[in-house]
Amino acid sequence: MDNTAAVAHPREAVGLEEHTEHTFLPQHRHHFETEAQQREAGTFGMWLFLLTEIMFFGGLFFAYLLYRNWYYPAFAVASNQLSVPLGGANTVILITSGFCMALGVWAAEVRNKGFLVIMLILTTFFGLCFLGVKYVEYHEKWEKHHIPGPSFDISEFVNPAAHGITNEKPLPVDAAERTQVFFSLYFAMTGMHAVHMIIGICLLFWLTHRAYRGDFTTGYVAPIENFGLYWHFVDIVWLFLFPLLYLINRHPLH
Amino acid sequence: MHISPVLWQFLVKWLNASALFPREASTIAPYTDALYFFLLAITIVGVTLVGGLVIGFSVRYRKERNPVATHIEGSTLLEATWTIIPLALFLIVFVWGALLYFRIYTPPVNSMNVYIIGKQWMWKAEHPGGQHEINALHVPIGRPVQLTMISQDVFHSFSIPDYRVKREVIPGRYSTVWFEATDPGTYHLFCTQYCGTLHAGMIGQITALSPEDYEKWTRESVSGMSLAQNGERLFNSLGCNACHNGQAAARGPNLAGVYGSRVQQADGSQVLVNDAYLRDTILNPSQHVVAGYAPIMPTYQGQVSEDGLIDLVEYIKNLQTNYRNEQTLTTSQSNQAATAAPGTVKP
Amino acid sequence: MSATSSTIVNLPDQSSATLPKRNYLNNEHGLMSWLLTGDHKRIAILYLISITFFFFIGGFFAGMIRLELLTPQPDLMASDTYNKMFSLHGIIMIFLFLVPSVPATLGNFLIPIMLGARDLAFPKINLLSWYLYLIGGTLTLAALVLGGVDTGWTFTTPLSTHYLNTHVVTAATAIFIAGFSSIFTGLNFIVTVHRMRAPGMTWFRMPLFVWSHYAASVLMVLGTPVLAITLVLVALERTIGIGVFDPSKGGDPLLFQHLFWFYSHPAVYIMILPGFGVISEVISTFSRKRVFGYTAVAFSSVAIAVFGFFVWAHHMFIMGVSNYSALVFSLLTMLVAVPSAIKIFNWSFTLQKGSITFETPMLYAFGFIGLFTIGGMTGVFLGGLGMDIHLTETYFIVAHFHFVMVGGMLMAFLAGVHFWWPKMTGRMYPESLSKLAAVTTFIGFNLTFLPQFILGYLGMPRRYHAYPPEFQVLNVLSTAGATVLGVGYLMPLIYLGWSLKYGAIAGNNPWQATGLEWQIQSPPLTENFIEIPIVDHEAYDYEWLANKTVNEVTTVG
Repeated sequence: MDNTAAVAHPREAVGLEEHTEHTFLPQHRHHFETEAQQREAGTFGMWLFLLTEIMFFGGLFFAYLLYRNWYYPAFAVASNQLSVPLGGANTVILITSGFCMALGVWAAEVRNKGFLVIMLILTTFFGLCFLGVKYVEYHEKWEKHHIPGPSFDISEFVNPAAHGITNEKPLPVDAAERTQVFFSLYFAMTGMHAVHMIIGICLLFWLTHRAYRGDFTTGYVAPIENFGLYWHFVDIVWLFLFPLLYLINRHPLH
Repeated sequence: MHISPVLWQFLVKWLNASALFPREASTIAPYTDALYFFLLAITIVGVTLVGGLVIGFSVRYRKERNPVATHIEGSTLLEATWTIIPLALFLIVFVWGALLYFRIYTPPVNSMNVYIIGKQWMWKAEHPGGQHEINALHVPIGRPVQLTMISQDVFHSFSIPDYRVKREVIPGRYSTVWFEATDPGTYHLFCTQYCGTLHAGMIGQITALSPEDYEKWTRESVSGMSLAQNGERLFNSLGCNACHNGQAAARGPNLAGVYGSRVQQADGSQVLVNDAYLRDTILNPSQHVVAGYAPIMPTYQGQVSEDGLIDLVEYIKNLQTNYRNEQTLTTSQSNQAATAAPGTVKP
Repeated sequence: MSATSSTIVNLPDQSSATLPKRNYLNNEHGLMSWLLTGDHKRIAILYLISITFFFFIGGFFAGMIRLELLTPQPDLMASDTYNKMFSLHGIIMIFLFLVPSVPATLGNFLIPIMLGARDLAFPKINLLSWYLYLIGGTLTLAALVLGGVDTGWTFTTPLSTHYLNTHVVTAATAIFIAGFSSIFTGLNFIVTVHRMRAPGMTWFRMPLFVWSHYAASVLMVLGTPVLAITLVLVALERTIGIGVFDPSKGGDPLLFQHLFWFYSHPAVYIMILPGFGVISEVISTFSRKRVFGYTAVAFSSVAIAVFGFFVWAHHMFIMGVSNYSALVFSLLTMLVAVPSAIKIFNWSFTLQKGSITFETPMLYAFGFIGLFTIGGMTGVFLGGLGMDIHLTETYFIVAHFHFVMVGGMLMAFLAGVHFWWPKMTGRMYPESLSKLAAVTTFIGFNLTFLPQFILGYLGMPRRYHAYPPEFQVLNVLSTAGATVLGVGYLMPLIYLGWSLKYGAIAGNNPWQATGLEWQIQSPPLTENFIEIPIVDHEAYDYEWLANKTVNEVTTVG
């Protein structure tokens, strides 16, 4: 298909001299035959990269499924420690951020510079909000010694009543220790997700700067589009993490 | 002509130790070697065939003899041949290998058991009779020996090349291997899984003895009590007998004769009681609650060493009646004015 | 034919060959023009220099290992030193040499040209991947200089997480970063193959070199991230003590094995598949014949890539995977061996009715076929369940993967370097010296690694610093062979360096090969093609080449 496209493209008779100039001023587009080819290649590359990311998170999801199967009671109780309101708020924040990004891509496509910049700033803002909420959640785990490692504390699971938790049955010690596996995975998974968010936000600063300069509102929208794909991918990872970690083991609160 | 002494020594060594194959010293070894020779044969045939083709074509069709190449697109028939024949050979190897694998990893029911603990960088062997060995293992010939192995720290691998057996020794779970020695003698024992600094020092010696010699060795090497006796002491000192005493009101299931039976679990599944199950119930009791009992058993993780666990497993394995248990209980109860009878949990 | 010949740059014939005035090497000058280049050919050269550097570091460790094993006693170095030697040998050779060897150098150089493109799809990402490689390499060297790492290249938990005090995290980070370098290379190749083919270059007109790189790239893109996350978990387990693999916290060390081998088994195909591609090109060129059963060879690469993902647990047969999963994985292992067998026979039959000449690349390719056949067959030994019990973790497995990786891949790499050396540098290597090197390598290799099969069957475990004295004779043989092998590898370094300045000028197409890369000047222009060619012939179409040459003569005359 792309062959025919390339054939159909009229070949310009490029002289030797012109080419020398091209190589002295390397524009990274010059090796593509057509604009369309470059755009297709960019998008295809981005999807491949996201496939890589899926495999990256796939290892973690596999570990999660395995241990959840083995240590179900511990996973159920430990998951009750996570705050659904905070997680839910974060989900909303992240979807809003993704929505702003989508609007941003649209703005770039219709070459509306002001709107694009505003949308990128909003995307960044909501991304930072997400990280802020995540910080609150992590901080709570820190206070309660629920971060895996030498200072991990299982007393809350062994003796919930003493910690003012009334709707939870106490876990035997050996099962309670398995909550550490849950929290290991919780921190590994949300941590990796947060790392992706941070990388995304760094990129957003750079993109906002370039958008402000007007780079993306003259028809060249590939970076915005591809970043949009990345950002939506990060959203989608969260949309899997949220139910797996926060929701599916939760027993009814009586 | 003068031959340098170093070279001479080397030649002598070569002649003396030019073995191409290890000794066949177990009942498994001939089976492994048979497959090995089959594989060697197809390798030699395969390499000769490919080598013959390459060299033959090179000679026949070299530029001097064949200045113009003839174009051949391919040949479905030929290609099908060299797809199907290797596939068939490989499938034979697969079936043969699988049969051998099951033979090597399925211990006979009448095998005697020895426990092996691997740790950086030594092998501990514990015989049920109370013989303890380090980096050595004495076994009788003509009797299947099953090894129940566990590691205290990292992965190790228990390998006896002359017996053609090997198995990974893993932290946190029992793995087993068995063999039946055929010839008296001493054999190498290697750790083959890289395990840190002195990996190469984690070697030992297997001594296969005739049944009489083995009897003699067993008698002379007893140090301390048998594993089961150690286990009984541990069982009582940890207070296991308070619940697992076989009495009607006991809070824990009766352990006498439980080994080898199938037990109904609280979650409805049926589990075979073997060494691994016994070990795991001591460490992770909440995952193995027997139907009809409350999940009240505490974990003994961190309180019992792997040696202690082996003692306990061996004790429970050999526990046929609760008589001695009751004796101990009555003694301790009369000694310390029995506390109020525990609430009946059993329905 | 006239349409074709007009699209491909016409250049004078070989005997009167001169170095083209303008090419990618002299197009720009200065260090920065290399360090900031987007040109795939220059990046390939950068890679070639860096992987050669790491190859000789890894080779130094191999030499030290063999030297220590000369005697049964642990007398040359301490145990810890020895353990660091083989760990770094493995890490450097696998992650810094074998994985990038053919793809990042020859693949980088040739794939765009073979497809008729001006560059890879993402030149900047290509450069980035070289920098990532360099950072990974530097961190590995840092781990080495700071005191080494002694996990073995397999990073087995819990040994690597809880029982060692060496620079595991540094080495893991190095591999993590080098891994992204190979992900980006693979990604670049896939996109280039999909989107950058010249008009008329259909999938089944692509050279087999491109097919095998495509298959390897799929493995890189899908496999490497799993290794990355596994190493992240190992590092987290070491630093903050999470419990995913730690048995004392309820984790399962076997999960590590599964995740690690999920990458590391496909990784061996990442290493060998590009080598297959080189062999296809070389055999075809020097027998002046289309590769026998082009489609079968192309699809066998794809089949290897697909099956390659489902055989990882054959590294764990003795580790207590369930008997039934062992059965499944053994069966799949047998199936993955078939495409390799197909390739071997197809290459052999490519020679049939050819017009064969024996230049150095061809000798290396013959070496490859012989050694890879042995390496592949011994792989069947190890895939057979019961046989694996006795052979795994011994020198048999060491010999097996050296036959595949060194006997196979390194031979293929050297075949490729010699084959495309005229294209890359514009100059010929000295033919008789290089033939000597090829033969030396072959002899040295067999002397080094054949005794190790016997050692392995005798039961000598791998990674042993000291061994029982009865194994000495074979170890001495092996060390002697390693010396010869070392000479065999040093020779190309010297004469190829020499040829850069003094080699005969090669001309465009010294081998009269059919690939698009041979139809342009050597060394090529920065933009490869003045005008993008229109491809109207199959790969390895020597008639087309002959016609084209005839046409050229008439044009020139």
